[in-house]
Amino acid sequence: MYAQMIKSEATKEDPEKLAAFQARIDADDKIEPKDWMPLGYRKTLVRQIGQHAHSEIVGQLPEGNWVTRAPTLERKAILLAKVQDEAGHGLYLYCAAETLGVSRDELTEDLLSGKMKYSSIFNYPTLTWADMGAVGWLVDGAAIMNQVPLQRTSYGPYARAMVRICKEESFHQRQGYDIMMKMANGTSAQKRMAQDALNRFWYPALMMFGPSDKDSVHSEQSMAWKIKMNTNDELRQKFVDQTVPQAEYLGLTVPDPAVKWNDKTKRYDFSEPDWDEFFDVIKGNGPCNTERLAARNRAWDDGAWVRDGFLAHARKKAARRMAAE
Amino acid sequence: MTPQDLFQYLLRLGDNTLVLGHRTSEWCGTGPVLEEDIALANTALDLIGQTQMWLGYAGEVESEGRSADDLAMLRDVWDFRNVLLVEQPNGDFGQTMMRQFLFDLWHDLMLANLQKSADPRIAEIAEKASKEVRYHLERSTDTVVGLGDGSPESHRRMQAALNLLWPYVGELFVPDDIDAAAVAAGIGPDPAGIGAQYRNLADEVMARATLAIPSDPFAHKGGKSGFRHTEHLGHMLTEMQWLQRAYPGATW
Repeated sequence: MYAQMIKSEATKEDPEKLAAFQARIDADDKIEPKDWMPLGYRKTLVRQIGQHAHSEIVGQLPEGNWVTRAPTLERKAILLAKVQDEAGHGLYLYCAAETLGVSRDELTEDLLSGKMKYSSIFNYPTLTWADMGAVGWLVDGAAIMNQVPLQRTSYGPYARAMVRICKEESFHQRQGYDIMMKMANGTSAQKRMAQDALNRFWYPALMMFGPSDKDSVHSEQSMAWKIKMNTNDELRQKFVDQTVPQAEYLGLTVPDPAVKWNDKTKRYDFSEPDWDEFFDVIKGNGPCNTERLAARNRAWDDGAWVRDGFLAHARKKAARRMAAE
Repeated sequence: MTPQDLFQYLLRLGDNTLVLGHRTSEWCGTGPVLEEDIALANTALDLIGQTQMWLGYAGEVESEGRSADDLAMLRDVWDFRNVLLVEQPNGDFGQTMMRQFLFDLWHDLMLANLQKSADPRIAEIAEKASKEVRYHLERSTDTVVGLGDGSPESHRRMQAALNLLWPYVGELFVPDDIDAAAVAAGIGPDPAGIGAQYRNLADEVMARATLAIPSDPFAHKGGKSGFRHTEHLGHMLTEMQWLQRAYPGATW
């Protein structure tokens, strides 16, 4: 998932209605747009789905950074297809959010003003072609870890959007790993590039799951509502357990000397990421926060005349149709 | 048609789609609205796919062991055979879509003819590509009409784009020896023949878009022959070919 630090809303509604609602959730019923739902549930979902949608949109930028420098026609086509999928994911998610009574334009304005966030991972730069591999392998890999359980989330439109998204994300992860394989088995310069990409993306990928459970406020209510299905630490551990052997297979070294198989827990031990860095990036001090937001604002501002022009044309057409009738 | 001529003929087809596909891909994630981002990426994707087919075949005809990637990534400006229109910079969204329309209209007519080519491989590629290009043309037509006959601002911008790009249209219809050889072999159409049809259709769309085609018949040329490209192409290739040039012999 590309949502992090979602503040869950407390709710002060009719206890009877709340109990009935919770019973539906507990029975794995899907909540649909016209059903009664607590205001807090609605608000938390808008925040979460909106942030996820924004992440897909901003997430086009670090990959778009390499579309024009892709090394072969096939790689260029695959990367274009992936970025196109991401725009499509943004579209489904904005539609899912619209079913909760918020428009895409409102959400967009909140992204552009900095009021709503997107995943911090996209505030890291993509510096070499190997980063296209690392983003697919690690970033999409971490996203899938979070999104697969969300296919069972309690809100129907969100769960259904997630089913489609997950299918495409697993293709993204595979293509990322495939790039890494080529690089890791390539020339010495390519190997260096691959290792360097892993070094830079390892901890930011771990941060994608959000702060440690002990510091993670607001999780409990979201979990009770089945908007969040697993804790941050559970998912992070699962990701490490899956990724370390993949790095070994590539002949790359995870940039954490503490990574070691633990025979007792049957899991990998690993170091926590630098949470100060995480909070800095969220506050706007990541390497690319300024550029990413400026790029989105520029695209929106530059596109204003296009949107106005199409609207003017639609009005003229409608007026002509009326006049003809 | 000699293999050398056929090779040149295929390079023209493949370089047009390569260069325009690349230009379109430069928009990645920065379109005016999400649906347009998706459509731009989709168009770029189609054009790159067509490039793989045209340049792949070109490499086979040349028989010197060059792949589509070798041709795309390891030739310099003077060996490119795309028309000047497609290498023009994106400008604003209106300019990009005007360029797209002016190319799509030709592309659609050209592919309709190439589907009847005496060369079965060309006919097959043209058939596949024409389905995609039909959609490109539909979309770019709607955009030119919508923004031409839109707000005063969008109208002004679309007219400016048409004025800027129209002088690059004529090159599409100027025949040369390679075209003549293609016509003689039943491989491809006479470009001048397509010109009249093109003008009728363009007039019709521009009338709906309330835009005026410039009256000056002047046409820039030099892309299709490779004699004189614009300065823009070199910068585009610098970016597009960078990895292959910086790390020769690596596989990606």
